[in-house]
Amino acid sequence: MPTISISEAKEQYDAVIVGSGAGGGQMAYSLTLAGLKCVVLEAGRSYNPYTETPMFNRPDQAPLGGTSTPDKDMGFWDATVDGGWDVPGEPYTQGSDDKKRRFTWWRARMMGGRTNHWGRISLRNGPYDFKPYSYDGLGFDWPISYEEVKPYYDKVEMLIGVHGTNEGLENVPDSPPGVLQPPPKGRIGDLLTQKAGKKVGVPVVPIHRAVLTKPLAADTIPAKLHPGNKKAQEIVAKSMRSRAACFYATSCGRGCSIGATYQSTIVHLPPAEETGNLDIIANAHVREVETGPDGKATGVVFIDKTTGKEERVKGKVVILAASSGETVRIMLNSRSNRHPEGVANGSGIVGRYITDTAAMGLQGQIPALENLPPHNEDGAGGSHFYSPWWGHEAQRKGKLDFPRGYHIEVGSTRNMPGGNSPVSMRYLRGLYGTKLKEEARRYYGSFITLASRGEMIPNEDSFAEIDPKVKDKWGVPVVRWHWKWSDYELNMALHAERTFAEIFDAMGGKATRPLAKSGHDILRPGGNVKHEVGGARMGFTPKDSVCNKWSQTWDVKNLFLCDASTFVSNPDKNPTLTIMALAWRCADYIIEQSAKGNL
Amino acid sequence: MKTEREQSRISRRDIIKWFTAAAAVSQFGPALSFGQGAVGAEGYGQDPKVAGIFKPGDHWPLTLTSSQRKTVTALADTILPEDEYGPAASSLRVPDFVDEWVSAPYPRQQAARKKILPGLKDIEELSLNLEGERFSGLSLKLRAKLLDRVTGEGSKDALAKRVAGFLHEFTSICMGAYYGTPAGWKAIGYVGNVPSPTFNGPPQEVLDRVGVTQTVK
Repeated sequence: MPTISISEAKEQYDAVIVGSGAGGGQMAYSLTLAGLKCVVLEAGRSYNPYTETPMFNRPDQAPLGGTSTPDKDMGFWDATVDGGWDVPGEPYTQGSDDKKRRFTWWRARMMGGRTNHWGRISLRNGPYDFKPYSYDGLGFDWPISYEEVKPYYDKVEMLIGVHGTNEGLENVPDSPPGVLQPPPKGRIGDLLTQKAGKKVGVPVVPIHRAVLTKPLAADTIPAKLHPGNKKAQEIVAKSMRSRAACFYATSCGRGCSIGATYQSTIVHLPPAEETGNLDIIANAHVREVETGPDGKATGVVFIDKTTGKEERVKGKVVILAASSGETVRIMLNSRSNRHPEGVANGSGIVGRYITDTAAMGLQGQIPALENLPPHNEDGAGGSHFYSPWWGHEAQRKGKLDFPRGYHIEVGSTRNMPGGNSPVSMRYLRGLYGTKLKEEARRYYGSFITLASRGEMIPNEDSFAEIDPKVKDKWGVPVVRWHWKWSDYELNMALHAERTFAEIFDAMGGKATRPLAKSGHDILRPGGNVKHEVGGARMGFTPKDSVCNKWSQTWDVKNLFLCDASTFVSNPDKNPTLTIMALAWRCADYIIEQSAKGNL
Repeated sequence: MKTEREQSRISRRDIIKWFTAAAAVSQFGPALSFGQGAVGAEGYGQDPKVAGIFKPGDHWPLTLTSSQRKTVTALADTILPEDEYGPAASSLRVPDFVDEWVSAPYPRQQAARKKILPGLKDIEELSLNLEGERFSGLSLKLRAKLLDRVTGEGSKDALAKRVAGFLHEFTSICMGAYYGTPAGWKAIGYVGNVPSPTFNGPPQEVLDRVGVTQTVK
């Protein structure tokens, strides 16, 4: 993506957007296509998925076979630049030494942020998910309903391209006819899990992922997305035509050089740039939002990482979309006489009620899958099947010891070997020679991994604040994380563990490790699924929340939050699709309110 | 078939580069120690070029001695020999990979180095004790016989027990290398990494064998 230096920036923009991922990308797309002059500030470098993605590269062509290292936590080819669990010179700290209360924070310093490597799983929140307190008395309700967000889910799905099926399941909304793309066929492990799931009462269906299984309908979709805006329609149609359908090779985590998957750098930023209304400044580490004497935001202060100098950019509207943790950091560091506890923090809620996905996994070894005839299972570069949460009725009858639910992601293992042993050495102990090769071939692909992705209930012990002692290398105070899983999540993890063992048993297989007795033994640390949401939740009043239902902060009417920081709860549905839907909705509100002179 | 030496992808230019790096490091910090001790190189960082084709030695110097590489080659070819499934490990450059692995500056690989380097010495000592010959000098049959004694049932002395533990780690590294190649993929039955306009799912033969039907039409 082309970028500018601060010396080339305009005196003032209609909107300053901090962050270039799902939320920032969507805002840049929606606002520039509507004619607003925008600048996007990205803390990392520019990135081009069309030239930088390692498509087809083999393990024998990468250092250490492409295995993960502290430099590249998710493997050599993972589309994360200058990031991972640690960013040199930009630390975060822990509020507790207790291992069980540890928080892990994944950051990417690159154009498009985490959308370049994400799992592409795109699930709509359901009606219950927006009213969780009304549903079971825990947590808080959102100030919006599913029906209010639905038109934006429809638009985002049409824009980015999501494959999947409508199953008519409880709290799993269907998409309108013609919106979803055809799902890829099931892999052998998917189909066997589906069959076993029927035996134990767990539905297993095609997953929804943002991967094109056919070219987008560029002749018809743009008019639905941008009615009455011919220029936008033309630009979006051109962008859609530049994207190819998946060719069923190369894991999506590497990024995609043919544009078959959603990345902000493929779907959002190129058409925004095409409007001529977008400037992007890379390597811009935002420190704070500045406000004027009238209490309104005037722009942001950032450190230009290329020079180390403090710079400013001004806007009529400021939009924070830097990710929940970064947005909280910027808000709490934006202290002034008018905002002594941080900008738009009159409620004192900024940083509070952060949740992550409660996640665990279990692998089973399935004899029926041993020694199968070789066949191609690369597929669409990620999961094909999943189980939406099925336990609503059991919960209503009081049969479960946890609220809310989890979905199951099904993982087959007949994928590209190399780097690490393709079969756990536990199954090959003491072998060598032809016998070793025979056994490796026998076991290869005979494992199925089931991953639980569950809802965490917001609690008082999970929050982010500014560390009073530690600053990053740019002199910016850093985030200190506090974390605590409750019995709800711990019990849910054990339920998933037992359910997975039942599914493996129904396949004639067996878990590859002894079943856990405590949820702490299997629940991944906070933040580990990279679904940290909340910290500046939306709500009904300025006392109970940071922003209103339009993602507009109560205290500063031209400051908007367009990442997952506004989330009131963290349903088992992965957050990215909802981030984009709420951002688009917010953009429409900004356009409308700007036209009325209300901002 | 070419020998491992003939197939080595390590160029003279690379070797000069490493020695230059070693000389530079020794002036300003801990010297690179070839074949023993800790590795002094740096990793590839958080923003390496990833859309390229690389070989062992491109990111950090390889550190095994020629003697150690002989043992690695003989052992890798015993663990993963040429047979009906595929070629011998050394013809797929597994020894280069092992060298890259134990020379890498990362904690996991440094931990492996601490097991692999003494293990290479141990297996040579065991070979001398049992066969009166260096392991790398034994025939494939005698090397296999030695591994049988180490991995088989029955009592073992401390040296043989150490070698058994080392073999487990060494085999794991070799597996990661061997099966990361097209020939390794064929050997294990991986089919993929090729573009296709459609994804057809498992063939009917596989569906029938597992007893499932394709539910996505």
